[in-house]
Amino acid sequence: MHVHDDALVRDIARNAQKIRIDVLNMVYRAQTGHLGGALSVAEILACLYFHHLRVRPEELGWPERDRLLFSKGHACAALYSAMARRGFFPTEELATFRQLGSRLQGHPDRIKLPGIEMPAGPLGHGIAVGAGIALGLQRHAKPSAVTAPSAQASSARVYVVLGDGEINAGVVWEGAMTAAKYRLGSLTAILDCNGIQQTGATADVMPTEPIAAKWEAFGWHVQEVHGHNVREILDALDRADEVHARPSMIIARSTKGKGVSFMEYDHRWHGQPPNDAQYRQALAELEEGLKWLN
Amino acid sequence: MAELESMRIAYGRALVQLGRENRDVVVLSADVANSDHSSMFADEFPDRFYNVGIAEQALVDVAAGLAYAGKIPFANTFAFLFATRALEMVRTHLCYGGANVKLMGAYAGLSDSFDGPTHHSITDVAIMRSLPNLTVVIPSDPVCLSVLLPQVAASPGPVFFRLNRNEVPVLFKDKKYAPEIGKGVVLREGRDVALIGAGLMVSRCLQAAEILQDQHGLNATVAEFHTVKPLDEVLVLELASQNGAIVTAEEHSVIGGLGGAVCEAVSARYPVPVERVGIADCFAESGPYAALLKAYRLEAEDIAEAALRAICGRTRSRKTGTHQGSQTT
Repeated sequence: MHVHDDALVRDIARNAQKIRIDVLNMVYRAQTGHLGGALSVAEILACLYFHHLRVRPEELGWPERDRLLFSKGHACAALYSAMARRGFFPTEELATFRQLGSRLQGHPDRIKLPGIEMPAGPLGHGIAVGAGIALGLQRHAKPSAVTAPSAQASSARVYVVLGDGEINAGVVWEGAMTAAKYRLGSLTAILDCNGIQQTGATADVMPTEPIAAKWEAFGWHVQEVHGHNVREILDALDRADEVHARPSMIIARSTKGKGVSFMEYDHRWHGQPPNDAQYRQALAELEEGLKWLN
Repeated sequence: MAELESMRIAYGRALVQLGRENRDVVVLSADVANSDHSSMFADEFPDRFYNVGIAEQALVDVAAGLAYAGKIPFANTFAFLFATRALEMVRTHLCYGGANVKLMGAYAGLSDSFDGPTHHSITDVAIMRSLPNLTVVIPSDPVCLSVLLPQVAASPGPVFFRLNRNEVPVLFKDKKYAPEIGKGVVLREGRDVALIGAGLMVSRCLQAAEILQDQHGLNATVAEFHTVKPLDEVLVLELASQNGAIVTAEEHSVIGGLGGAVCEAVSARYPVPVERVGIADCFAESGPYAALLKAYRLEAEDIAEAALRAICGRTRSRKTGTHQGSQTT
C-alpha cells in the first residue's frame, strides 16, 4: 500500500471542494438538479479521478482504462465537474448542464458524453453492470501475439459509486451475489452512505443497517471509512485493490449536503435548487471552506 | 403435413455453432438453461457461460456489463420475463445505453402451454417493439432460426429474439431460402389478399392460403415477417397495393404486435382493410399447445376466415367509395 503524502491529500481535498462549488453553480444556474448527494460524494469522486483511477482523458477508448460506474446518477453534477476538471471536456461546458442540446444530460448518457461508462438514473444498476464488466475484462481476452496466455486478462479495474438509498433496490443484491459467485476481485464499490434519501432518513424510509454485515454476508470484503476523509478513502481504495477473488465494498460514511450548513442532514435539499439568497450564502460557505484548505 | 422439429433443440445447436465461430459470444442464463437448451452451449463452452440464478434483472444488467466490456452476450430466459420483470434494464442499458446484448426470449407466445398464463408471453412483442433502437426478430422454423442467429450476433445493436418452445413444422428445408434481418420474405404469390405471418403462424398462413384456394377460389399472397422491428414497410405497402386486403397472424395479443406494426404502416401510406389474427385482449389458460392454439383462434381456418372478412371489407369500402387504394398523395 502506498503512503499518501500530505500534499496529495490536500490537493485532492481542494479538488473536492471545487467540485462542490461547481455543483452549486450548475444547479443554481439551471434551477434544477440534485445538490445533497452531489455534495456528499465530492471526496469520493476526487480521490478516484485525481489519483486512483487509471484513465486517459485523451484516449477514451484505452482498453486498459479503469471503469468508473456512477450508479447514483442523479448526483451527476459532481461527476461532470470531476470529469471536466480531470480533462475529459472543457469546464465551460458545465454551464450547459440539463439544457437542450447539452451532452450533460439530467442523468449520465454514455453515448452523448464519451467517458461515461454506464447510463444511470434509475437506481440500482451499478453493482450488476459492474459485475458484468469485470467478468468481461477478466476472462477470455483475445489472444495476442505480444502477450503470453497467462497475461491475456485485462488489468483494468471496475469501480462503482452508489448511494445508500439506492441499496433499497433488489437488483443491487442480485448483482452482489453474482459478483461474489464469480469471485470478482477486480470490482470495488464505494457506498456514499449519507444516511438521507429523497423523503427522509434512510433509517426511516427503509432501514438497511447493519450495512457492513450485509455485504460481508453476501461474500464481499468490507471496509468502512469517513466519507470526507481523503486519506482514509485513498487507503481503502488501495487495500481494495489488493483483495483477490472477492469483490470489495468501501462504506464511506458521509454527510448529505456537506459543506453548506443549511443543507447538511436535510432531505429537502436532495433535489431542490437554491434561490438567490440561499445561493449566495452557500457559495460563501463553500469558498470559505476552500480557503481553509489552501 | 410438413415434418416437425423442436425449436429449442435447433436453438441450442445454432448457439453452439455460433460459439465455435465467434469467441466473443458469451451466454447468460437465469437458471433455465435446461429449458431453453442454452445448456448445450454451457456443456461445450463452460468458461463462456454464466448462470446468475433466478434473477432476471441482474441477468440483463450483467449482460449489459459484458457488452460494455466488448463481449457479445446472449442472455436467456423466458420471453415474458425480459418484457416485464427486466424491462427497465432492457430500456436503460440496451436501448438507451447501446449495450450490444442479444435477448433470447424463450417459451414465447402460448408455447409453454401447460404452465399457464403466468408463463405465456403474449404482450412481449408490443412492449419490446415500442423501445427505440431494439430489433425484434421472430424466427418461424428451425431453418430460419439457424440462418438468422448468426445475423443477430453480427448486427451491431441489441436484439430481442423470440423463440417457440415446441416442435414446429419445418418450412424451409431443401428450399432456396436466405432470410435477412429487416426484410420480409414472400413465400407465395397471390393477388386477392396478403397473409402476413410471424413465428409459428407462418406455417398456418400457408395452410390458410390452401384453404382459400380450394374452398373459395381465392389466390392469397403469403409473406413471412420474421423481423417485426424494423418492419419491412416497403414490402408491406407493396402487399397492400397488390392485394388490397391484409391479414396478420401472430402468436401474440392482437394489440401492438405484428398486426399493430402493419396497421401503423398501411394507415399512413396505403390504407386497406387489415384483419389481425392473434389472441384477443385476454389471458389464455393451461392446456395442450394444439388445443390452446385452437381455443384462442390461431388456426389456419381462423386466418382464412379473417381473409374473407378483409376481402369483404375491401369490397364494401370500394362500393361506398371510401377505399383508399388509390392514394391522393
